[in-house]
Amino acid sequence: MLSIKDLYVSVEGMEILKGINLEVKPGEVHAIMGPNGSGKSTLANVLAGKEEYEVTSGSVLFDGEDLLEKAPEDRAKDGLFLSFQYPVEIPGVPMVNFLKSAVNEHRKHKGEKELTAGEFLKLMREKMDMVDMHPNLTNRSVNEGFSGGEKKKNEIFQMALLEPRLAILDETDSGLDIDALKTVANGVNALRSPERSAIVVTHYQRLLDYIVPDFVHILYKGKIVKTAGKELALELEEKGYDWIKTDN
Amino acid sequence: MSVTLEKVDLSLKYTAYYKQVKEELFEGSSDILNAQRSKAFQSFVMQGIPTRKNEDYKYTNLHPSFAPEFAFVHSRTDEEANLQEIFRCDVPQLNTTLAFVYNGWFSKKSSAIDQLPEGVILDSLENISKERPELLSKYASLANPDEDPMVAMNTAFAKDGFFLFVPKGVVLDKAIQIINLMKGSSDLLVTQRNYICVEEGAKLQLLLCDHSENLNNYLSNSVTEVFAGSNAEVEFYALQNQHNKATSIHSVFVEQQRDSRVTTHTASLHGGLIRNNLKFILNGENCEANMYGITFLDKKQHADNFTQVIHAKPHCVSNQVYKNVLDEQSTGAFSGRIHVVRDAQKTNAFQRNNNLLLTDQATMQTKPQLIIDADDVKCSHGATVGQIDEEALFYLRARGIDEDKARLMMMNAFAHEVIQEIKLEPLRERIDELVDKRLRGELARCHECSYGKDC
Ligand SMILES: Nc1ncnc2c1ncn2[C@@H]1O[C@H](COP(=O)(O)OP(=O)(O)OP(=O)(O)O)[C@@H](O)[C@H]1O
Ligand SMILES: [Mg+2]
Repeated sequence: MLSIKDLYVSVEGMEILKGINLEVKPGEVHAIMGPNGSGKSTLANVLAGKEEYEVTSGSVLFDGEDLLEKAPEDRAKDGLFLSFQYPVEIPGVPMVNFLKSAVNEHRKHKGEKELTAGEFLKLMREKMDMVDMHPNLTNRSVNEGFSGGEKKKNEIFQMALLEPRLAILDETDSGLDIDALKTVANGVNALRSPERSAIVVTHYQRLLDYIVPDFVHILYKGKIVKTAGKELALELEEKGYDWIKTDN
Repeated sequence: MSVTLEKVDLSLKYTAYYKQVKEELFEGSSDILNAQRSKAFQSFVMQGIPTRKNEDYKYTNLHPSFAPEFAFVHSRTDEEANLQEIFRCDVPQLNTTLAFVYNGWFSKKSSAIDQLPEGVILDSLENISKERPELLSKYASLANPDEDPMVAMNTAFAKDGFFLFVPKGVVLDKAIQIINLMKGSSDLLVTQRNYICVEEGAKLQLLLCDHSENLNNYLSNSVTEVFAGSNAEVEFYALQNQHNKATSIHSVFVEQQRDSRVTTHTASLHGGLIRNNLKFILNGENCEANMYGITFLDKKQHADNFTQVIHAKPHCVSNQVYKNVLDEQSTGAFSGRIHVVRDAQKTNAFQRNNNLLLTDQATMQTKPQLIIDADDVKCSHGATVGQIDEEALFYLRARGIDEDKARLMMMNAFAHEVIQEIKLEPLRERIDELVDKRLRGELARCHECSYGKDC
């Protein structure tokens, strides 16, 4: 599904990713862990199509097609979703307009009929219940005045609406209370299927109790320095990153 | 120096013209208007058409606008309005009491003034200034020719416009909509003079729509005085939607008596050069003045909003929010002066100007000016000039919304804060649509008008 080969990425002349290799097959969940500043969000943003990141070499295929040459909106419509580490507030853009546009752009792309306002509201309510989002939040502008946790829930809510085939969750668990963490995990698990995959960036093993990964990777200084099964997360929780740092 | 020479030449052209048509100007006009006329002309001779050396006009060069060989309309030509034609264009058709002004002349024939409640007067200025001069001498005194050359020119040349009077305690439940139609077979210069008086406790919603037919050079230099009596409520909407060969200079003066509330909304959607002068005098305690402006510019368009608020009495609130969206090589300016006089304690004066530049070539000048002579006041002003928030744009795109649409959403979001303050709901919806259309780059016109692409 996703195939990253020898990816090098720079920002403002500074090399941040230094040769990433990663294969994500349909149905798999990959966790990416690693110290602050190691390049996890950079990787997530490059995959979503953020322009300020410059790919200096390497390739990324999504469903066999060159992902890097596509516009962010086309990547999204092809089924890639990024849950942002820091969702941005957009005053003046009403949540409902935004969500309806997003859903209908996806539907158009798939050759499906656009939803009417009524149909959309019904869908919205259903998904909102699923992630336990307060109904008032959809009366506001996108993320405007949302608490940290509400912003994260809003990301998962959007994911539930758009039903991506590859979800990249960048620290969606940070800032969530215990109940919200479970709700978010349920939201992700509800989407799990043999065709859908996820990349979960997290600092805490706790999330991985709920979303059980097939692989855990450690990203350090722009490289994946270790890959193992879910037990690696437990090991990190216990030992921290020092042993990785001294080895690399 | 060539600038001075040009100034003299162009100003001379108009002073010479005045002398040439003086008899026509005085003929049929009331004593009260003619009395101002000669004085104002002297004032115009002294000031001339402003150059950028004039501090109040430093961001707007009016000279190119005055260069064409304009025709004036010095007498009434009674024409029937073709409503269908007008509403097919972008003048909103709302549930209002409609009235028309053709090339600066109020048209009684086309206006639905018989529907107005008793006591309400909506008539031509020429008429009223002859029949009810006492109304004018009582209320009309705000526009001072010595303070602004364009006011001087207007006072010297204007023979007509509309006169609107809402007597004490009358609440108009239907808005009045006045369509200013410019229509000529050649380039036209129009001077229109309007008076609005809303007496004690009365309530008015007024919408002015500028519209021009065919693609001539038009220059409109109008002056409107608004008097709001104590506890009166006035909403004043101006929708400026013309074409790139139209210059619109509109000076609006508002005087408020105690406990009154006046809100102005200026939506400048289309026009070659737009200069809006807006001066509020808060002349009683506990007044509220709100001034909103939204402007969209592209190509080589220019818009300059010049506001002044004089807090002459204590316990008043003034609030200004002006926003500009500038595309291509357009230029914009905002100058906002707040003057709190010595005894106007407990004044609350607020001003904000936000600008969105869509290209590197577009430019915006913004100049707040606070003159505060009282000590117990709250004043704030702020201005921003920026681009579309790229982070926000990326967020929208990352959800599958394509770039153009995402930009459109962002621009609408920017304008939204001002548009939502429009209390006349059908107008708000129409302006929302017009703005959306405008932002999509569609001509703010119907194809029947068959304007060239550049307009
Ligand atoms: N737009 C940018 N401009 C400059 N430097 C950047 C930019 N984006 C990322 N960086 C730098 O790249 C490095 C990697 O950042 P990144 O956000 O990818 O780390 P991370 O692994 O997600 O860290 P965290 O766990 O703290 O979220 C950091 O040193 C960061 O400062
Ligand atoms: Mg990060």
